[in-house]
Amino acid sequence: MKTYSWSALFGSMAFVMGSFVFAPSVSAQQSTLDKIKSSSVVTMGVRESSGALSYTIGDGKYAGFHVEICNALLRDIQKQLNMKSLDIKYTPVTSQNRIPLLQNGTVDIECGSTTNNATRQKDVAFALTTYVEEIRIAVKANSGITSLNQLNGKKVATTTGTTSVQLLRKHERATGVNFEEIFGKDHADSFLLLESGRADAFVMDGSILAGNIANAKNPNDYKIVGEVIAVEPIAIMLRKDDPSFKKAVDDNLRRMMKDGTLTKLWDKWFMQPIPPKNAKVGLALSESTKQAWANPNDKPAEDYQKK
Amino acid sequence: MTLDWSVFCKDTLTGEVAPRCFSFLFGIDPNADPTYLDWLISAWGWTLAVAGLSLGLAFILGVLIGTLRTLPQNNAFHRSLAFLGTVWVELFRNIPLLVQVFLWYHVVPAFFPWMKSFPSYLLVSIALGLFTSARIAEQIRAGIQALPSGQRNAAIALGMTTTQSYRYVLLPMGMRIIIPPLTSECMNIIKNSSVAFAVSVPELTLFALQAQEETSRGIEIYLAVTGLYVVSALSMNRLMAWVERKVRLPGFITASNTAMH
Repeated sequence: MKTYSWSALFGSMAFVMGSFVFAPSVSAQQSTLDKIKSSSVVTMGVRESSGALSYTIGDGKYAGFHVEICNALLRDIQKQLNMKSLDIKYTPVTSQNRIPLLQNGTVDIECGSTTNNATRQKDVAFALTTYVEEIRIAVKANSGITSLNQLNGKKVATTTGTTSVQLLRKHERATGVNFEEIFGKDHADSFLLLESGRADAFVMDGSILAGNIANAKNPNDYKIVGEVIAVEPIAIMLRKDDPSFKKAVDDNLRRMMKDGTLTKLWDKWFMQPIPPKNAKVGLALSESTKQAWANPNDKPAEDYQKK
Repeated sequence: MTLDWSVFCKDTLTGEVAPRCFSFLFGIDPNADPTYLDWLISAWGWTLAVAGLSLGLAFILGVLIGTLRTLPQNNAFHRSLAFLGTVWVELFRNIPLLVQVFLWYHVVPAFFPWMKSFPSYLLVSIALGLFTSARIAEQIRAGIQALPSGQRNAAIALGMTTTQSYRYVLLPMGMRIIIPPLTSECMNIIKNSSVAFAVSVPELTLFALQAQEETSRGIEIYLAVTGLYVVSALSMNRLMAWVERKVRLPGFITASNTAMH
């Protein structure tokens, strides 16, 4: 005897899925400043291995250029809200979950390495651009590769869920250079592909490459070569439609850009030895980043490409 | 919240809606850039290929190892084979699947350099196949041990060798009993094939992770991918139900006479 019908089964599955999809996001309605004030807790989304911008130093501790900027501006916001204490919590996020976790209120501010682009601006807001990224190529120092065009027939690693994958595909199509892409599940994994020889090059944001090289067993075995493939503004990510929080963050950032705090932090994270291995990243402040600090803005990547 | 399915007709290079949703893959227009739909279908193909390869490997090894573990313990050779089977099962079912995948991808080729030329889909199929073989082996053992001892004794009384008793009596009977758990295993292997994304096999999970990032239409992408996993696993379920009906022996212990479908 048939104990259930297939159509009823599919019907109930569709219902369950539907209720996930259309569940309203409750947290989106409350402003983040109110949330911080009423709970005395703020959750910062951080990355496990986004170069010197945001990374773990073990034991659930996180550090990096963006993490320190966020800490500084959250302390400023604490003072401005006249709060006695503010508990800053860290939640590690990935390329895939950072936007949903920000939207559903699990994290309040994402301090990682997120590119500000037009598609993402439909879902989230970005603070003033604090860092302009150059997409570069990392290779083994003894490989003799000096440009993207030399990668014909070679294996190129990049990380799943990043804009670099699409960028490589476009470049491949435009120039007719044909290479095999290998996808690492995160940056550390992609770097392992380069290290173990499974890939000949690793194409990614310059700071991520520099950070991974600095933390490698033997940093002198690798170098960053070739042309700048693309330029992308990287910014701290905030919830959309929350103007009071965005203004509080932006005002503090603008002040840090003016009074030289960011220049000092840049020196600290990109030019001096950093934990956990006390290695230097050695990434000089780029002209495009200086420009972004001189003229604070939250323009998406598309505006940079028009130039 | 509105769903925008036109994302699948978008070109994967420019992000513009392409003139044809399905152009590149079937050679309708070889010069066109692939759309997300083309990519989705090829990703589905990779998922099924990895699952199929692993299932073949898992089934062959599972039957073999499961048989070894039930051998009569009447001489030292049989005892050592049974011990080998136990070691196999405990080794492959006590290490997490993702760790096994990384072992085959990063560690094993470091010791055997000739394996470095193996494509990643093959390495992940080996990992998934061996992992599942341990589970199938346990089911085979359960099936054989569920048979009344009279079956084995009758085979011996007829003058069959150990090999013949397995080939003609124990395995055919035991395997009919375990078709239901084997069905779950076949469905599991399709879902478990998603670990292949971690070693760069362009299958459904990798497609989902990358395409949702590029298009920002995560819900549509994940719904489509979920749908394809459901379709694949359910087809496997129906196929196994058909096999179960086909091989049914009326009047035997398989109790198929009262089965539900």
